[in-house]
Amino acid sequence: MLFNLFKNYYFYLLSLLPTIISIFFEGSVSGFFLLISFLLISIFTKSALGIICSGLILHGFVYYSLTSIYEANISVGLWFQVFASWISAIIFVSKLAFIRLKNDFLQKLMILIVPFFFGLWVILLWEIICVGFNVPLLLLPAPSLIGVQIANSLDILYADFYQTVIKAVIPGYIYGCGSAFILSIFIDRSPFLQRGLLPIGNLMSVMPIVGIAPIMVMWFGFDWQSKAAVVTIMTFFPMLVNTVAGLQIANNIDHDVMSTWGSSYWQSLLKMRLPKALPLIFNGLKINTTLALIGAIVAEFFGTPIVGMGFRISVEAQRMSFDLVWAEITMAAIVGSTLYGFLALLERYLTFWHPSFHNR
Amino acid sequence: MKVLFSGSLIPISTVLIFIFSIWYVGTILLNSPFQKDVYKRKGVENYTYSQLVKDTMSQKRPVLPPPHQVLIELWNSTVNKKITSKRSLVYHAGITLSSTLLGFVIGSLLGIILAVAIVYSRTCDMTLMPWIITSQTIPILAIAPMIIVVLSALGIQGLLPKAFISTYLSFFPVTISMVKGLRSPETIELDMMKTWNANGLQTLLRLRLPSSVPFLFAGMKIGIAAALVGAIIGELPTGAVSGLGARMLQGSYYGQMVQIWSALIFASLIAALLVTMIDVIRLSTLKRFGQLN
Repeated sequence: MLFNLFKNYYFYLLSLLPTIISIFFEGSVSGFFLLISFLLISIFTKSALGIICSGLILHGFVYYSLTSIYEANISVGLWFQVFASWISAIIFVSKLAFIRLKNDFLQKLMILIVPFFFGLWVILLWEIICVGFNVPLLLLPAPSLIGVQIANSLDILYADFYQTVIKAVIPGYIYGCGSAFILSIFIDRSPFLQRGLLPIGNLMSVMPIVGIAPIMVMWFGFDWQSKAAVVTIMTFFPMLVNTVAGLQIANNIDHDVMSTWGSSYWQSLLKMRLPKALPLIFNGLKINTTLALIGAIVAEFFGTPIVGMGFRISVEAQRMSFDLVWAEITMAAIVGSTLYGFLALLERYLTFWHPSFHNR
Repeated sequence: MKVLFSGSLIPISTVLIFIFSIWYVGTILLNSPFQKDVYKRKGVENYTYSQLVKDTMSQKRPVLPPPHQVLIELWNSTVNKKITSKRSLVYHAGITLSSTLLGFVIGSLLGIILAVAIVYSRTCDMTLMPWIITSQTIPILAIAPMIIVVLSALGIQGLLPKAFISTYLSFFPVTISMVKGLRSPETIELDMMKTWNANGLQTLLRLRLPSSVPFLFAGMKIGIAAALVGAIIGELPTGAVSGLGARMLQGSYYGQMVQIWSALIFASLIAALLVTMIDVIRLSTLKRFGQLN
């Protein structure tokens, strides 16, 4: 009985203890009351409104502690409170994960909201620790510094983005995926080619193909052409393997239905087999977004005009200006996630019929 | 004869022969401008075509080395050199391989732990899963130079920084397939465990983990290939002196195409070897499980 009680309220205890201890180490009284009121509310509430209220209080505390850290008003008690607030955030997020809303749309939105809060908390903790402990810029710049750097160097970032993404990644991605798609339709018609090319394609898609980057730079020069070539080759094999596998999904019954309706090869391909292959095609396309970015950036390590994301990262890292490197990384992350997210949305729209979307 | 044609031996060798012949044609086409230039400077006017072809095959610094040149270089730098020599590919491969394997082991363990946390806790599922997917949309290889510079400034050098990149790349496929695998037991089997009054740990050890093994190996196959790529890329920045990636970088600095190609092919052989190794372990494990006949 006692053990069960302990198990259920373990996190509350873990948060309550440092909150109480903080008072004895010059922790601020208002921070103490904010945390206590958060814990009280979240112990007794199960409704969505109560959880939102407790979240507001918690973020009030974070705002309060951030301002005192910026004013260099740091005491041992404050760190106890930061620790307690981190545990409280876990309580908050896990409560959020179990919310059941009546509104269907809002419930679907929770899939985005919960991880958003988790990410927000990681960034806040990062900021607090960086500023509070004076972490050297070299090791990890605070998020606010990175934000300032992004705002200050928008023109550099845009030039790099244009050079790497618009000129190299996107053309290479289209060439690679497009040619693999066309070739796989040809392969699909010939069992001989299937048996010959598929094992090699499978092998090639686990190879360290990125190693051709220096060769391509020597062949096509320093500018974007060599990067586009690397991206083309890197994206080719995953797309090929996935599309061929996708085209084989349709079973005998599906083929029989199509031939009952008297459809030609192309009709059957366009109306039945390609739609059936879409989940795997999108799988290949999604894997390729990251591969394409990696290929272009790594190719820039081997030689480039003085612009481009890979160039900037390697040069600025050696010049120890890490805030610009992190700004560049942030941009790469945003570009990668945007491409991926766009494809995921498109996939959802086109393959709404697939079981993996309604069996959630 | 029929067996040969219905199998994949003949199709594969046909495709391979096709690839090699394209390679040779490419060698002639790409190398001949330089060779013609050489003839011009030497004043050789009436060279025959066969002479030209022969010479494109044996240039010292070809644009595209022909396969046999790469093979000879591979043979010279593996068998004909002492393993401890700095010009031996085996020496460099050993360095790359050690960080690959270290990163892969850490990554697989991390992946399994994350998968168990995700399957057993709804909070972890909702908070961690989207970020794990997002983590892979960040081109980590692009950050590799910075990670290595930062860690070396902190005094951490050698194996660990490269292994970190391998870990980052290899944990993802393991996590994703393990989550799938741990969720693969059917409701009826989970009900059975409940009937026997099994607790969470027992269900994990006796039902979920055993049934996730095929998925684990599928993830590990992708993971180990990714780990090798990570280790190679980890050697590129900061002008590393040893490892397959460093060999490629030096080759590109000095225009040594043959060196780059042989390092690349050797890396591919290692990738094939690692994937086959995982596959062999998978087959023998599944045999013991009685899932294969």
